[in-house]
Amino acid sequence: MPAATPETPPCFDIRGLTKVYGSGEAAVHALRGVDLSIPDGDMVVLLGPSGSGKSTLLNIIGGLDRATDGVFKFRGEELTRASVRQLTLYRRRHVGFVFQFYNLMPSLTARENVELVTEIADNPLSAAEALAMVGLDHRMDHFPAEMSGGEQQRVAIARAIAKRPEVMLCDEPTGALDSATGVRVLQALRDVNEQLGATTLIITHNAGVADMAHRVVTFSDGRVGNVRVNATRIEPEALTW
Amino acid sequence: MVNDPRHPLIPGLNKLDRKLVRDLWAMRVQIIAIALVIAAGVAVHIVAAGMLDSLKLTRATYYDRHQFADIWAPVVRAPEALAIDAGAIPGVRAVESRVRSAAQFSLDTMEAPAAGEVLSLPQANGSAINRIFLVEGRMPLAGQRDEILLLETFAIAHGLEPGDTIEATIYGARDRLRITGLALSPEYVYAIAPGQIVPDPRMFGVAWMEREALAQAVDRDGAFTELVVQLQPGAQTAPVIAALDQLLEPYGAPGAYTREDQISDAFVSSEIDQLSTMASFLPPIFLAVAAVLVNVVLARLVALERTEIGLMKAFGYRDRDVVIHYLKFASIIGAIGFITGLALGVWLGRSLAELYTEYYRFPYLIFSLRPEVYGVAALVTFAAIGGAGILAAWSAARLDPAIAMRPPPPPDYSQALGAGLTRWKRIDHQTRMILRQILRWPQRSAITIGGIAVSAGLLISTLFFLDSMEVMIGSYFDVANRQDITVSFNQPRSREALYALERMPGVLTAEPVRHVAVRLRNGPVEERAALTGLPREAQLSRAVTAQGEGIEPPPGGLVLSQDLAQRLGVSAGETIEIEVTEGRRPVLEIPVSGVSTSYIGSSLNMQIDDLNRIMGEGRVITGAALRIDRDQEARLYSALKAAPGVAGLSLQTQAEEMFIDIMDQSLGTSIFIYTLFAGLIAVGVVYNSVRISFSERETELAVLRVLGFTRGEVAYVLLGEIAVLTLTALPVGALAGAGLAFVFAEAMSSDLFRLPYVIEARTFAYAAGVVIFVAISSALMVRSRLDKLDMVAVLKAGE
Repeated sequence: MPAATPETPPCFDIRGLTKVYGSGEAAVHALRGVDLSIPDGDMVVLLGPSGSGKSTLLNIIGGLDRATDGVFKFRGEELTRASVRQLTLYRRRHVGFVFQFYNLMPSLTARENVELVTEIADNPLSAAEALAMVGLDHRMDHFPAEMSGGEQQRVAIARAIAKRPEVMLCDEPTGALDSATGVRVLQALRDVNEQLGATTLIITHNAGVADMAHRVVTFSDGRVGNVRVNATRIEPEALTW
Repeated sequence: MVNDPRHPLIPGLNKLDRKLVRDLWAMRVQIIAIALVIAAGVAVHIVAAGMLDSLKLTRATYYDRHQFADIWAPVVRAPEALAIDAGAIPGVRAVESRVRSAAQFSLDTMEAPAAGEVLSLPQANGSAINRIFLVEGRMPLAGQRDEILLLETFAIAHGLEPGDTIEATIYGARDRLRITGLALSPEYVYAIAPGQIVPDPRMFGVAWMEREALAQAVDRDGAFTELVVQLQPGAQTAPVIAALDQLLEPYGAPGAYTREDQISDAFVSSEIDQLSTMASFLPPIFLAVAAVLVNVVLARLVALERTEIGLMKAFGYRDRDVVIHYLKFASIIGAIGFITGLALGVWLGRSLAELYTEYYRFPYLIFSLRPEVYGVAALVTFAAIGGAGILAAWSAARLDPAIAMRPPPPPDYSQALGAGLTRWKRIDHQTRMILRQILRWPQRSAITIGGIAVSAGLLISTLFFLDSMEVMIGSYFDVANRQDITVSFNQPRSREALYALERMPGVLTAEPVRHVAVRLRNGPVEERAALTGLPREAQLSRAVTAQGEGIEPPPGGLVLSQDLAQRLGVSAGETIEIEVTEGRRPVLEIPVSGVSTSYIGSSLNMQIDDLNRIMGEGRVITGAALRIDRDQEARLYSALKAAPGVAGLSLQTQAEEMFIDIMDQSLGTSIFIYTLFAGLIAVGVVYNSVRISFSERETELAVLRVLGFTRGEVAYVLLGEIAVLTLTALPVGALAGAGLAFVFAEAMSSDLFRLPYVIEARTFAYAAGVVIFVAISSALMVRSRLDKLDMVAVLKAGE
């Protein structure tokens, strides 16, 4: 999918975003005025040391946390001051999350974990389709405890994509996986990005992963240090780490 | 307990103790809930034991200090010299003769006359059996014939004080007597008129006066009407009674009797027995439930501490340190619960015992608690606490620190019970999560269900007493005894007396009654009872079946109440031996033609004509049951006051109110306490269950929020579990309560009362209501935490 043309609003438009935890002497500035525009359909990798602000940004634009100051717009709609209920609906309709520790419901099978989300989505894929996209159609009736870490993470991706999200937010999706498994997970993310056109943001400590992205944003000390657009992207299977 | 990064753990005992204090503070609500369950168990145990011990000790001390008699031997009239012969009977320690007579009091404060007794004062020298406790005023002076001591309860009921006078009819003569003092006596701890079922301080008075004065008033100069006897320690009762009966028979003795048949002591003992039964059933249940619950809750709490335990071990703490740390944690909860329960138990036990002394007239209360009562409570508490602490902490301490610090692997649901059932397509996945959570940990779910069920069961089984008493009261007052007034004469009177009653103003119906004292025998079993002669087709006072239908003795036959039949081991169609112990003392064999149901007292009826034929004294009556016109009550009372030979009246409505009052006060208070503590158990179980579930599933619930589930939808997943458990527990609790109530009904029935086994629907509804209310309140408390759930923090915790 091509990057958005200048006429359509970007998927995310972020201006002067600030996040301060605590107050007074103990205040921690997690974001110190972030400006960033992310076009629709892009695959973006966020790099940077721990505490540089990438998770905080992801949490805010995912509707999990609130900014202290500044504005972010999702497809032209300002969400900085949305109510709890609006943010819940925003996550429900538009955002798919993938976490480092998968966070599947242990009491539900792979299929049920996906259906949990499709039950409340407007125009979802079927659980079988979503699991097929991550290559797990043969493990649908297994519980998380019966699956490997990589399999669990792919179920988590299937769960995230099943609602046909406009946005995929992935916080260290390969952090707990070995490299071979990590590659499979990244392939799945790339497939989703290409086939569903979901704007995909991936936080990683692994600089190598950056080569598969359209765009690479580097964070340092609560600010965006550098934005790089990859002229050519590398397939996940060719990545090294 | 999430480790707070602002307070890093640094090795050193002090740090560990500081963590302990922080943890305790952070979990204060849960700790209070657990401590409440322990406190409920301990308190119930101590209340019951404390009240029981105190009543027993107070009774024993009072009886001992006041030389309460062991045997009473009434006669019509016997010469004083016989008292010396009685003193020579082997086994007798002391004998005192006295004069005792029925009396009727007229009061300005009441239209109806009050029944009562006048007794000669115990001899001032030495033995003084049944010594009086002078509450106020002074003893009557020798030679002052019109001076009396009056029973304190009666005086208070009528606002009488020393110095006041009271009008009394003794032996047909009306006199105005001066009250010199108010007294209590071990013989009137429970001051109840003979033949009544409930003490009414207004309707029954007792006066004591100089022996000589009373003897002259009742024409018993140089004679006595009763011997009171104290036995030597360890002496057998039966031979002494036999010897007394033999000695006194020529003097119209109806038979000597022991404390068992002394009406006041019989009631006090029956009450103490009932308390004993309650104390032996309920507290162990409370204590056991508390112990199990605390055990389970603590084990789950320590399991949640997994990461912290890993951290402690990584810092170099030994397994022993870890175990000791959690033991301290558990012990503090135990100590809070134990001390609260102890304080509450002692306070309530004391208040309850004091309440008992209000209507059981003891002059003082000696509060007592045996050390072993505290010991048992302490032992059970610390066994439960220690057991849970050690087991849970030890299993946690054995973890490899590196593994312990990682979040545990996802629990495996593939092998859970009922996995097939929960794959049912028709339910949504949130409901599926609830069901699987319950089935995955069946033991845990069972304990929560058990805890709630026990709580509901205890509520039902204690509230059952109220239902049962309502039926008891209804059957006695509204079905069996439908008269407004019962008149008793102080000696048998001719049929004329009945006609005189019928002619009195306001009397609508009058039915004759004749009572005689009898001994019933069936083989070796002997029972004392009052045989009542009733007219054919009696409409007012009668025997009834459990269904409330009248059951009438046929000519020549007897109808006796079930309790009496049981004690004698007879049933309808068999014959028993009856020895009348008054008049010409006939002994006969009479067939039992029916068995009636009487929840209060016993009844033994035959037709009055049969009874009169047996006695051979003509058509006589000893009392009558009246139905009256309420508008003419005042005129009727003054007619009755003037009528000769009326010993006393019992007013049905007043008796019923009194009965309900007393039941409310004594049993009602106990029931309130048990109900309260049963509710506390529900709070402890439900709140902790939800709260711990919340801690265990915090991440899961946060993830649901992240996925776009609303607060309400997420709350459903958490609270649905406790809703299902609560609703499952209710029928189990209803069954348990019904079972427990049955056991109570059986165990608490005495010679005086029998508890019908009846549980009203509203009792079930009330118990369910309490449990559901507690569940909803606990759920709401946790729900507020759920709403504040910090998604970011929860997700970070995994990193």
